[in-house]
Amino acid sequence: MFTPEMLASVKKVEATRSARMGMEPRRMTAQEKETLLKDFHPDYRADGFGEIKIGPNAGQKAPLELCNLLHGKSRLLDTEIDLTKIDYDTDVLIIGGGGAGASAAIEAHEAGADVMMVTKLRIGDANTMMAEGGIQAADKENDSPAQHYLDAFGGGHFAAVPALLRRLVMEAPDAIRWLNALGVMFDKDADGNMITTHGGGTSRKRMHACKDYSGAEIMRNLRDEVLCRNIPVIEFTAAVELILDEKGQVAGAILLNMETGDYLVARAKTVILATGGAGRLHYQNFPTSNHYGATADGLILGYRAGAALLYQDTIQYHPTGVAFPSQLFGALVTEKVRSLGAMLVNREGEAFMHPLETRDVSAASIIRECTERKLGVETPIGSGVWLDTPMIEMIGGEGTIEKRIPAMLRMYLNYGIDMRKQPILVYPTLHYQNGGLAINGDGFTPNIPNLLVAGEAVGGIHGRNRLMGNSLLDIIVFGRNAGKAAAGRAKEIEIGKLSLAHIKKYQAALEAADAATDVVSPLLLPQYARHVR
Amino acid sequence: MDNMVNVYFFGKKYSVPAELTIMTAMEYAGYTLSRGCGCRHGFCGACATIYRIKGKNELFTCLACQTQVQEGMYIASIPFFPTDKRTYSMEEIRPEAQVMMELYPEIYSCIGCNACTKACTQSLPVMQYIAYAQRGDIQACAEASFDCIGCGCCSVRCPAGISHPMVGLLARRLTGKYIAPTSKHLVDRVEEIRHGAYDEIIEKVMGKSIDEMKELYNHREIEK
Repeated sequence: MFTPEMLASVKKVEATRSARMGMEPRRMTAQEKETLLKDFHPDYRADGFGEIKIGPNAGQKAPLELCNLLHGKSRLLDTEIDLTKIDYDTDVLIIGGGGAGASAAIEAHEAGADVMMVTKLRIGDANTMMAEGGIQAADKENDSPAQHYLDAFGGGHFAAVPALLRRLVMEAPDAIRWLNALGVMFDKDADGNMITTHGGGTSRKRMHACKDYSGAEIMRNLRDEVLCRNIPVIEFTAAVELILDEKGQVAGAILLNMETGDYLVARAKTVILATGGAGRLHYQNFPTSNHYGATADGLILGYRAGAALLYQDTIQYHPTGVAFPSQLFGALVTEKVRSLGAMLVNREGEAFMHPLETRDVSAASIIRECTERKLGVETPIGSGVWLDTPMIEMIGGEGTIEKRIPAMLRMYLNYGIDMRKQPILVYPTLHYQNGGLAINGDGFTPNIPNLLVAGEAVGGIHGRNRLMGNSLLDIIVFGRNAGKAAAGRAKEIEIGKLSLAHIKKYQAALEAADAATDVVSPLLLPQYARHVR
Repeated sequence: MDNMVNVYFFGKKYSVPAELTIMTAMEYAGYTLSRGCGCRHGFCGACATIYRIKGKNELFTCLACQTQVQEGMYIASIPFFPTDKRTYSMEEIRPEAQVMMELYPEIYSCIGCNACTKACTQSLPVMQYIAYAQRGDIQACAEASFDCIGCGCCSVRCPAGISHPMVGLLARRLTGKYIAPTSKHLVDRVEEIRHGAYDEIIEKVMGKSIDEMKELYNHREIEK
């Protein structure tokens, strides 16, 4: 499968392996990291960003592709929808069928609310399902929520919103307990101790996992619980706009049946946006590890209705996406591969960095190796560096890869690459939206009453970079919180007259700012179909 | 142009680059997918697909996102299959053989044809894990089915109408909740937090200036 050039480089990797086994590469200083990020991280490439022209974040920068959608046109601009004909009426409307949405649904249902989920694909079709490596929680003797806070705050460049980060770390152990009680099969030893490892930027081994199907195991438990509770889940139905009432409160959403093209009106006392990330917008032409539906829809819906964004200009590129073979291009190679001991090695067989720097630093370092230093390995579609996976078997013993990261092994074996015997080629892939819609400490958007946001669609929990294992954690902690908070608020709400006036108002502002385009947003599905004419 | 192959989507012929997967080949052919496309990386089971090679008899099942096209593939996607998921309360059921008998009695209709195992896109021992469920070995069923992504190819091929992924899922939930040993350190930490043991220290950390936090972060001790 490998080209002759790759095989020649593999020889060099093998030649240095035993010498590398005993050493730990030096970690970079704060100054070195700062310089590296400025010079090589995609967030610092000015040509990848545009300026938001209107709304609460006017004048700030955002990725070009996101700007285009924020300046886009509503599907409903020239469509009259009869808002007196209500198709669904509920206390809590959850938009999005991933881990945050499902957690919210379970907690809102537990609190006695009438709740329903809508999702443009199926429940469980989400980045949650694809999270491999694990979930953080400070539940070991030598650890504490304060230590977790310090790791996440520093790793996020001291930019996290303190109230949100506090909730994340303080409620982490209970999130694990809750998942375990649902039936999640965490990796444990015979005495019940959680088997925990490091992730990039952690100072304690607090990464809990379910082999390398961590997110999948969590998501299938959450999905099953939602279905066992008979919570209505309306699949293949996208939300295309929020509905407000005359008091400016959120009051539901306009839905689009993805298969028939029909619009539906869902009225709700509270709405939770749990629409996930934006990887499928392919910022700066990066491949992505994300789900097919990751098109930032919730950000567009929320912003058009008046909610503010936070850190929309910071994107996480996972350092180790698949660089080869082309069929897997951009797919995630879990950070757990490095947690288990695999080093990042260049064409000449040199370990050019500590394998567990934070993700932004690691990604920038790999990009530097492949560009300025010209020490990457050429592939038919680009370049990459080696992730020296056979080290895992040498450190953990034969069989470690099959036991701890079976999904990775299976993915590569499909294409004739045995990662137990040969290293694999990786390059950064678009992985996570660090920013998103701003929320207060209780999960509500500050400027639209009764609108909550949970999961990857939120901005501010992680600051300007997220640590491995804090996203699975955030969808559970903030999903649960949103469900409880929405159910509580719904008891106090009187909805007024439904309105979509904000759509025309937003369009008028776009036109006044000379920023209006013909792009229709939210995007809903990426445009991958090739049409010859 | 690259090396091309001929494939047939729902019987209609298309010429597509040989290095594509079935999923990207459909997009190359002009399809905009909504059903039958999910994570695109082999974790969600949305793209269950059945095919045979023109002129040959054997039927194959696969994930469209993880399978490269071949010359002469006759391809149909299976975007939905009516598997039968039963509902239950995890608080009320227990990890006993009785549970399987009550919720999924059809597993005892298995005729041992092993079509499920042959159809598994994850190469799991499907018939074996159903056998574990039959005899009430919940944990063995859970472990053998752990890598299941729920694509449903097994159920498509089953003459007994068994919903295998649902059986494995129930076994795993029972195992995670009731059979796996309790994590004492986790229970203790949850209690400590509930009783406010970390309130003071977290407030103290949150109260520090950014410069103090940088100092703490850059010099923190990292567990070996």
